[in-house]
This record gives sequence, C-alpha cells and structure tokens, in this order.
Amino acid sequence: MFIMVVGAGRVGYYLTKELLASGHEVVLIEKDPGRAAQVSADLGSIVINRDGCEGRDLESAGANRADVVVAVTGDDEDNLVICQMAKHHFNVPRTIARVDNPKNGELFRELGVSDVISATRNALAAIEQDIPMHDLLHLAQLQHGDIEVIEAQITEESPAVGQVARQLSLPDGCILFALIRGDVLEVIRSDTVLRPGDKVVALSRTDCQDDVQRLLIGDSPGQAVEA
Amino acid sequence: MRAIIVGCGRTGAGIAEALVGSGHEVTIIDVSSTAFRRLRPDFAGSAIRGDGTDGDVLRRAGTQGADLFFALTEGDNRNVLAAQLARDVFAVKRVVAKINDPVRAEAYTSLGLNCICRTAMMVDALKRFLGMEGDPHAQRVWETIGERDKAKVTEAS
Repeated sequence: MFIMVVGAGRVGYYLTKELLASGHEVVLIEKDPGRAAQVSADLGSIVINRDGCEGRDLESAGANRADVVVAVTGDDEDNLVICQMAKHHFNVPRTIARVDNPKNGELFRELGVSDVISATRNALAAIEQDIPMHDLLHLAQLQHGDIEVIEAQITEESPAVGQVARQLSLPDGCILFALIRGDVLEVIRSDTVLRPGDKVVALSRTDCQDDVQRLLIGDSPGQAVEA
Repeated sequence: MRAIIVGCGRTGAGIAEALVGSGHEVTIIDVSSTAFRRLRPDFAGSAIRGDGTDGDVLRRAGTQGADLFFALTEGDNRNVLAAQLARDVFAVKRVVAKINDPVRAEAYTSLGLNCICRTAMMVDALKRFLGMEGDPHAQRVWETIGERDKAKVTEAS
C-alpha cells in the first residue's frame, strides 16, 4: 500500500518507521524545515518538506495515487483539512485523522474522515477501567465506530442483578458475550446469573447503548463519555 | 439578526461594528482578549474570549440558532473547522469562512462552504490597477449552491 503520513511529530515519525518496517510504501510530509531535516537524516528521501494542507503540495507528494492518508499533526483543524482535501480533491479512499479534542471525533467522521484516532479518548478509557463506573465503558470501536465493544459494571442497584443474562430483553443491536467475575473471564452461558461486581462485556451498536445502559446499569446521573 | 464572528482581527472587528451599527445582535470570539482593543470602547455587542474551533465555546456563545456565522481568524484551517461546526452542528444557515489559499477556497466552495479569499481579491485588484482583465468572481464571497450534495456528486462521478 502507498501511505501518506502528514505531520512528523513523534506520532508521525514512529508510525512511518513501523509502516516502513511492515513493507509499505510511505511518504512523510512535514512543513517545518528543521523538523523535516531532522527526521530525514534518519528516514531518508521519503521525508518531504511541504505543507500537507496545501493542495499543490499534496499533489506533488503523490496524493493522487495514495491508498491511505494519515493526518497526525498536532492541530485538529489541520488534520481535518488534510483529510478532506485528500478525500474530495484527490479521491483518496481512506483517510485517518488524529484528534486531540475528543469532541471533534464524531464531527470529523460526519465530515467524511474514514477513521479518527484520539489519544485523549484512549487515555480516558484507560482511566475509566480502574474506576468503578456508573456508565458504559467503551473498550474498542469496530466498523468505523458504528459498533463498539463495551463493558458494564453490575452494581447492587443495577436492575440486572439476580437475572439470567440470556433472558434480559436487550435491543437487537446488542450481544452479551462474556463477563469478568473476580478477575476471571467467563463465557456467558444459558444459565449465567448476574451478580454485583460482575463486569459484562458486550458488542453493541452505538445507537442502542442507552437501552443497554438502562437494562444493565440502571438510570444513572452520569452520561456515557462521548467520543 | 443575530451574528457570531470568530476572529477579532481588522476584518472581524470591522464587520462586527458595521453589523452592530445597523442594529444587529453581534457576538465576537477571539483567543486573545487584547484583540478586542480593535473594537470601539462603546462596542454594543458581546466579546467572548475563547477558541472558536471548540464546539463548547461556540455553544456558550449562542451559536445554535444564530442567523449569521463568519469565520475570520488568520488560520484557513481554523476557519474551515469553525465554519463546518457552525453549519453542521449548530445549524447556522448563512456561514462564511475566510480561506486565503485559493486552492483550498475553491475546494471548500465545491464542498458546500461559502468562502471569501483575500488572495484572490488582492490579485484581482492589482490586475485591474494595471489595466489587466479582472475576474468578477474574485471580489465576492464564493457562494455554494447551498447544499452539501455537490460533494457527493463529485464523489460518485
């Protein structure tokens, strides 16, 4: 695959190295001349000192034939513009943007960016895993974010306590497939009864997570953390 | 009319005062409070310090349901983001983004964003000053057909 990485900060630099090691064709675009010189001493001629937001610069770097454009500069707005120009101006089939403000994630996807990566959101998820939660925990996204692997912690107050997991009237877009009980991962069987302290792991469409939360956790004052 | 302006540079301050002078309700946003010195001391609109590319800041400024939104910071990409937030998240009908790079301005016009391009304006003005033929398009806001569907059409073709 021909992959164009824009932004040679730490993320862009290590990403490029890994992609090269996996045998991909990569170009790394960096607008700061000093930084470009620094990384090209290590990575060689695949580093191009241009502005990835400029139409002409993207073109001369080969955007027309890129399979993927990854925008990982430190500015959300630049990453949005890079991805939108790549998609709409150069017909790049897949675009990936880094976002620092997690609230931009959903907007960027609506605006046509194929995938959004957010270190802020990942850190948030990592913190959530250590804290008793009254909300659903978002573990991973599938299908560009339409489906998520989620975790719900069952408490004394939750309406699902004492119920047979398989008999809960869950929405169609949700499947419970495992639970963590006392640090042991168990498959949910036809007779598994939910107990306080259980962590239920499920696959769920994002649009039915409100129902899932109500059934497993109950009505809570907090809201699920938004992407 | 209720207008939200992001970026209190000379252009932002100028249009804010013109709108206030015509009796409109204006809120102007800038990351730096010193930028508000460009406004007259008796400016009758509101001035809010904050990042106009942040959805929370725009919400607090009352962007939802505003009639007009002008993104006029010095950064083309910040204007692109702010304008798309205004249009798609806050449903503002009349949105204009200042985009000084003509290639990007052209691209975003075809993506359904109204753009104003200072570079194109000045090149055109200088050409006219030299007696060369001007471009009637350059001195105006580049208006779209008002729908985002044009982008989808381009994509499909």
